[in-house]
Amino acid sequence: MNKTLRLIVAGTCVPLLLSLSGCTVELLDPKGQIGMQEKDLILIALGVMLLVVIPVIILTLFFAWKYRESNTSATYAPTWAHSNRIEIVIWAIPCLIVLGLAGLIWVSTHQLDPYRPIASKTPPLEVQVVALNWKWLFIYPEYGIATVNQLEIPVDRPVAFKLTAESIMNSFFIPQLGSQVYAMAGMQTQLHLIANHEGIYPGRSAAFSGPGFSDMHFDTITVSPQAFSAWVAQAQSSPVVLDDKTYAALAAPSIQTQPTVYGRVSPGLFLSVVNHYMPARSMAGMDDKDNDLFMSEASMCGPSKSSEDKN
Amino acid sequence: MFGKLTWDAIPWHDPIIMITGAIVAFGGLVLLGLITYFGKWKYLWTEWLTSVDHKKIGAMYFIMGLIMLLRGFADAIMMRTQQAMAANDAAGYLPPHHYDQIFTAHGVIMIFFVATPFILGLMNVIVPLQIGARDVAFPFVNSLSFWLSAVGAALVMVSMFVGDFAATGWVAYPPLSELGYSPTVGVDYYIWSLQISGIGTTLTGINFIVTILRMRAPSMKLMQMPVFTWTALITNILIVAVFPVLTATLALLAADRYLDMHFFTNELGGNAMMYINLIWIWGHPEVYILILPCFGAFSEIIATFSRKPLFGYASMVYATSSIGVLSFFVWLHHFFTMGSGANVNAFFGIMTTIISIPTGVKLFNWLFTMYRGRIRFHSTVLWTIGFMVTFAVGGMTGVLLAIPGADFVLHNSLFLVAHFHNVIIGGVVFGCLAGMTFWFPKVFGFTLNEFWGKVSFWCWLVGYWLAFTPLYILGFRGMTRRMNHYDIPGWQPYLVVALVGAIIIGMGILALIIQLVVSIRDREKNRDLTGDPWDARSLEWSTTSPAPFYNFAHVPEITSLEQHWDDKISGRAGVKPLHYEDIHMPRNTAAGVLISGFSLILCFALVWHMWAIALISLAATIGTFIHRSYNRDVDYWVPAAEVARLESNRYPEKQEA
Repeated sequence: MNKTLRLIVAGTCVPLLLSLSGCTVELLDPKGQIGMQEKDLILIALGVMLLVVIPVIILTLFFAWKYRESNTSATYAPTWAHSNRIEIVIWAIPCLIVLGLAGLIWVSTHQLDPYRPIASKTPPLEVQVVALNWKWLFIYPEYGIATVNQLEIPVDRPVAFKLTAESIMNSFFIPQLGSQVYAMAGMQTQLHLIANHEGIYPGRSAAFSGPGFSDMHFDTITVSPQAFSAWVAQAQSSPVVLDDKTYAALAAPSIQTQPTVYGRVSPGLFLSVVNHYMPARSMAGMDDKDNDLFMSEASMCGPSKSSEDKN
Repeated sequence: MFGKLTWDAIPWHDPIIMITGAIVAFGGLVLLGLITYFGKWKYLWTEWLTSVDHKKIGAMYFIMGLIMLLRGFADAIMMRTQQAMAANDAAGYLPPHHYDQIFTAHGVIMIFFVATPFILGLMNVIVPLQIGARDVAFPFVNSLSFWLSAVGAALVMVSMFVGDFAATGWVAYPPLSELGYSPTVGVDYYIWSLQISGIGTTLTGINFIVTILRMRAPSMKLMQMPVFTWTALITNILIVAVFPVLTATLALLAADRYLDMHFFTNELGGNAMMYINLIWIWGHPEVYILILPCFGAFSEIIATFSRKPLFGYASMVYATSSIGVLSFFVWLHHFFTMGSGANVNAFFGIMTTIISIPTGVKLFNWLFTMYRGRIRFHSTVLWTIGFMVTFAVGGMTGVLLAIPGADFVLHNSLFLVAHFHNVIIGGVVFGCLAGMTFWFPKVFGFTLNEFWGKVSFWCWLVGYWLAFTPLYILGFRGMTRRMNHYDIPGWQPYLVVALVGAIIIGMGILALIIQLVVSIRDREKNRDLTGDPWDARSLEWSTTSPAPFYNFAHVPEITSLEQHWDDKISGRAGVKPLHYEDIHMPRNTAAGVLISGFSLILCFALVWHMWAIALISLAATIGTFIHRSYNRDVDYWVPAAEVARLESNRYPEKQEA
């Protein structure tokens, strides 16, 4: 079923899209597991729907032509306006399609939940993402380094993103790796992605955030684990430090597409960004455990959500 | 006295705006001059501006929609030009702040001041005629609704030349739309123009629900209402249910900006996610508010020109009603990527796909209306078939976006932009233009030129596909919406093609204007003497074209769903009545214009923080309203002899034709 559908779709859509573009179509050429699943999902859903949409379009044009006024040989039924049999069919067809799609939605939405960690033998790389006006800050807490407008990740290792924003909402999106998630001030969202091929994949903000929005793009550089370790070591030797003071300067609105690497990051910077709209009393003298309590999970998900999805 | 308003508020340094401003000012002066030269002020004031005749109000809604369509389209062509130029991070010709205002204004104008007036205009013209009523339930309120909408449109236009407009996107998400990040008056213009026109729309909703439920010809049962009236009823129920949500949401945003509140701010416990939920609880039903009456118009057109009754009338009614109910359970699909849990996302995804069931049924119903018909390829039929083909694709891409896993990569991309233009152009615009052509003779007494109507249709259809297919593909290539410039040169060819498409749509709009001009020039040739130029089926075609101000000399007797058609078959149509009765009609009133005029000053004063002027104009607005409420002289009787005189011309004409 799955395979035939994919063939149908591949036979119709893909050549059309490719012939028009003549080069890569990013969403149809994903470089990571999440993106690949999403591509399959899109193609399957399109295939199922085209099974109805194409006949409807053909029938529309055919009926319009066949029952044109000048064609007096066609049957004319001037009072015919009701047929139980046809009505049952025309309600049943969309119902069946939707039933199929509903199952697909239920399963795929749980599979592709951005909060759901990716199963893998290698432990995930944690990257904390801060959407600034108008650039992206990536903090690697494991290594105590940070970058601006450049995301370096190892191939085949899941990346666990934690996202927030300094002030204006943005959406963190690397098209060839898959899902996007909003980055919102005073809140933390999560996203799990993986790159399964080495390469450079452009990323950007997908939610409009003001005059510098168009410049919020960065390269996702996916390298081998060895090259990644080498890059980390090199980054750690950088003399540039990201502490509260340099962060404040960085957070000031600016357009900065040039990547920067910070050799050291003051610990807890990400949490302090998440919490900096909280009343001052909660900020002073807290250890990490208390901090977690004050960290608001984004949106409608309850506190138990992420643990639930680990199963 | 003048609050924040200074001479610096006028963008002297921006040649694009100043030249546009000069042209608008010059055009306005020429128009005013012509009206004065031909001595038409009195005619304009008594026959149009103060009219409570639903047909004239409907026509004025359409005129407003067409004018604002030109403005919204100018914005569109500027955006397409900018994006066609700005590859490789080139600057293009529009700096971000100007570009951001343009796409915001484009969205606001096209939804609130083009699509909405078109829909309200259609309902105004058609509903009372279809149900055998003499006017709407509250004629003065109807006039007020129109003028309040016009105030909203005027504010958006003023913002171009005095101050600026919101640069936030058309739904103005906080925190970007909060004072801290949008300190200029742009968002304030946005808030007050939507508030004032929103009040107008809410009043229309109330008015038409009452009209449809209480003003039908006494013998007309609900299941004998023409399908357009059904769609209008559901649309107005949706309006009454959701426009107050918009009003409340914008009021909270205004409180944040004016009163230092923190409903949606980052600071002090505000929560922007609340705004995003609220705005879409209004926003999603809003798109059904726009599309349902268009479904109604297509239903009437396809049945008429297939010379068959609409297939599956009951199905159509149930489908429309269920779309109305379901439209309240889908709003979260606008932000699957906000971090909701999988259960929540899956629920809203499934609910959204369920809406495609009744919509699909409608498509099949139109299909089977054509089946075994005798289809005349009138321009309105071309619009309908163009819609069926285009909308099928738009519906499909909509369901694709409703699948959370797919939306995670397509959200906020140009694929989304292509999708909603697909359904709004292919559905709402096609529907309103088809409806305009179809019902035009009922208001003006002559039919529109067919040649230019068909030219317009083909330009719109080809232009739409050429402009938005590239955007569908760009969505798959990872291009997000609202970009002022971009770093990936491979996107540019698509955007150039899209620009060409937009230019062809522009030619469609030009053809539409030519169509109107040519039709007015040739009006004597195209006069509809029969009252029923399309050999149509419902009640509005049983009266003359143009319909007299009282619509029907006698309240029609309803015995079937397609009353007029059945009357034609049985020979009861067009029979001269033996005697006439006095007719009870509402008087014209200037109150709607006056209240709206004061509220324009009020909104402008609120935008610029001119508190004294705001207070005075608020008092004047409310005072005029109260004064009107105490006016008991709001109606009059047309004597039977006068009705007989007006109707006497009708019957000989009918025999000639």
